[in-house]
Amino acid sequence: MQNNDNSAAVIRVMLAKIGLDGHDRGIKVVARALRDAGMDVVYTGLHRTPEEVVDAAIQEDVDILGISLLSGAHMHIFPKVLELLKAKEAEDMIVAGGGVIPDDDVKELYQMGVDKILLQDTPPQEIIDSFRQLVAERGAR
Amino acid sequence: MINRIPSMELAERVREGHLRAIARLITRVESGGDPEVRQALAELYKSTGRAHVVGITGVPGAGKSTLVTQLVHEYRASGRTVGVVAIDPSSPFSGGAILGDRIRMGDLVSDPGVFIRSMATRGTLGGLARPALDAVDLLDAGGFDVVLIETVGVGQDEVDIVRAAHTTVVVNAPGLGDDVQAIKAGVLEIADVHVVSKADRPDSNKTIQELKAMLMMSLEPGEGIWRVPVVPTSSEKHTGFGELMAAIDRHSEHLERSGEITERRRQIALTRVVKVAEEIVRDNFARDSRSQTEELLKKVTQRELDPHGAAVTLLKAMKETIHESH
Repeated sequence: MQNNDNSAAVIRVMLAKIGLDGHDRGIKVVARALRDAGMDVVYTGLHRTPEEVVDAAIQEDVDILGISLLSGAHMHIFPKVLELLKAKEAEDMIVAGGGVIPDDDVKELYQMGVDKILLQDTPPQEIIDSFRQLVAERGAR
Repeated sequence: MINRIPSMELAERVREGHLRAIARLITRVESGGDPEVRQALAELYKSTGRAHVVGITGVPGAGKSTLVTQLVHEYRASGRTVGVVAIDPSSPFSGGAILGDRIRMGDLVSDPGVFIRSMATRGTLGGLARPALDAVDLLDAGGFDVVLIETVGVGQDEVDIVRAAHTTVVVNAPGLGDDVQAIKAGVLEIADVHVVSKADRPDSNKTIQELKAMLMMSLEPGEGIWRVPVVPTSSEKHTGFGELMAAIDRHSEHLERSGEITERRRQIALTRVVKVAEEIVRDNFARDSRSQTEELLKKVTQRELDPHGAAVTLLKAMKETIHESH
């Protein structure tokens, strides 16, 4: 039996694949790890548009929107996602990115407003810990 | 830290159909619902009762998500707005869940006339029925014409959820013979409409015939009685979904015309009130499980008191402590 505090702590995460990127093994492993850490994970499936993902994330009211990109399109897709979140008054959503992203781009993405970048080879526990920390820092919503 | 909008303020926006407000209130309800959230819900409940609520259930793999997706398309083509509450099982070990309905429903988003929300079966304060049905209320109050609840047809909670629908659709798939048997006694008999999915498969006819034969047996003679239809659908061939929507509409008309809607509404109210009462009791039980409960449990194990007597004692004591915050 759970008490109020426990159930309130369930973190909702959307994991999304956007654009022409068919690599979903990594994101599925992450989904599983987050689930095993007690989170609710909404997976979008492949080949979504930024609009679809942002609308779905708003309806699902996730704490964290995690986007995995291995296509190299991150400098196009993240700005688009951030812009859409802003336009839809959903800037309080935490945005995380994962995949293959060069160091210079990582810096720029942080400046742009992406809350966390977790590159390939990040151990699952580190992803779990950083997600928990991001939600704790944001506070109750 | 972010600016937390008060629930009562969100409730105002829900009435205007503000999707983000609906989404946020569902989150708060799912997280247990503090007194302010309950107050907002109580206020919004006055604005509910307009949507037609359709429960969709069936064994895992029967094709519920696919069917819901197609059905939403039909409703949209007929000019109606649709809210969907899709329920997926949680891991019994971690309590976490992977909510996969979005994969099949991907092409439905970016349409403001559709709102999809995934929920996990995880024990949100004792059960799934209350947050799921509160979510239905929020979508109803938000102005959606039709609200679909999709759930796996196993377990009492799920049956209770479909009991809270105006029309219940049970999805059967060919080749799942034993599974159909397994749910026959439970959800099969609460169906207002039967669907046989994957009707493009050669063995679907057998399933259709079996269902029809079963329905024939339970048929009561007389005029004006709802005859449960069996609707074959195929997402492969894109057939049957218009017929399914028509069957649901016919059932809705039947409820209104026959006056059965009054009894159905009473039944829904009963299910919901009892469900919440159960939760409050369970929650209370868990909360003060230390002092008196332990004492009673000891007496029961030592055969000084029988379980029934202990339960009555506990409920009497609980009466004092139950407050409005639930």
